[in-house]
Amino acid sequence: MLRADALQAIYPELQDRIVVTIMGAVAAELYMLGHRHNFFYLEHAMGLASSMGLGIALSLPEQKVIVLDGDGSLLMNLGTLSTMARYKPGNLLHIVFDNESLLSVGGFPTATSTGADLAGIARASGVPQVMEANTPESLKDAVTQALASNTLTTIVSKVEAIGPKSFHMDLPLLENRFQFKRYLEKVRK
Amino acid sequence: MPVSVHSSKLIYDALKACDVRIISALPETWLVHLIRMADEDPEMTLVRLAKEEEGVGISAGAHLAGVNSAMLMQNHGFLAAINPIVSLALLYKIPLLMLISYRGHMGEKDPWQTQGGLVTEPVLRALNIPIWHLNNRSDIDRRLKDAQTLAHASLHPVAVLLSRELMWED
Repeated sequence: MLRADALQAIYPELQDRIVVTIMGAVAAELYMLGHRHNFFYLEHAMGLASSMGLGIALSLPEQKVIVLDGDGSLLMNLGTLSTMARYKPGNLLHIVFDNESLLSVGGFPTATSTGADLAGIARASGVPQVMEANTPESLKDAVTQALASNTLTTIVSKVEAIGPKSFHMDLPLLENRFQFKRYLEKVRK
Repeated sequence: MPVSVHSSKLIYDALKACDVRIISALPETWLVHLIRMADEDPEMTLVRLAKEEEGVGISAGAHLAGVNSAMLMQNHGFLAAINPIVSLALLYKIPLLMLISYRGHMGEKDPWQTQGGLVTEPVLRALNIPIWHLNNRSDIDRRLKDAQTLAHASLHPVAVLLSRELMWED
């Protein structure tokens, strides 16, 4: 599955929800589908999108928070799974696109290419609901099910190591930061 | 354990007066009472971390969501969190209220703490992070409030260094 197709399939579920995404291809492909003020693109600090999502989910328990993560990023902060699992916010959905590659920095293979099993690590860390979805349709179904379940969920989706031609986004990161904060302030009221 | 309950309570009350609602922490000897107070307070969300860098993400998320947070860590934990401090907090102008136990400084008996003690202030200065030393009980309320005020006004991290004089009763 192409990640771009996966994102397109779940975009209707993302467009009105708080979304925190990692940098690189995921950010660029989500942006190209249509930027929203409720989308935050973490353009650096690899591994911390899920920690940010946890901070938002704990701060805004009435809102659903969706994190778009990647294998390279998650492998840099595996402890995040045990921390999320410890607090189990039911309003947090953690989607991991696993292309077995550090695509944005030259395509070097990650440890998932040699057998590291992120869904298994999530389960063993105590994440109460872990799903695997490797087609756009099954991912859409998994996202719908996870959001309806009010249970902390990690979904791991294997995708091809193919990204966009350009990672350019016409959105300065501080503009995104202040837009996103204003959106969160609005939904907090 | 000669960690000061009295000073810990004053610091905890000062954090409450700053309307801090989320505290992230990793255990360290000087912080045991503070972490216990946060854990026992139904108004506080205590996030026990696997590694300090997660705390930068949690505080960033909380700030964007309009919730005041604080980070409790040892200075070695601060050293472990430098990349997220740079590439999340400084890059995205996120205020962080970092309470850092200043191990390895004057009076330290544990040899393994001493290198971290030597580099803590130079690293903070290199990152252009303002430093407040908490040495006296009489300063705690004012200094924590002022640290938080500067963090929010400047959208920048601040460091409050918890001293041995305050935290340890020999």
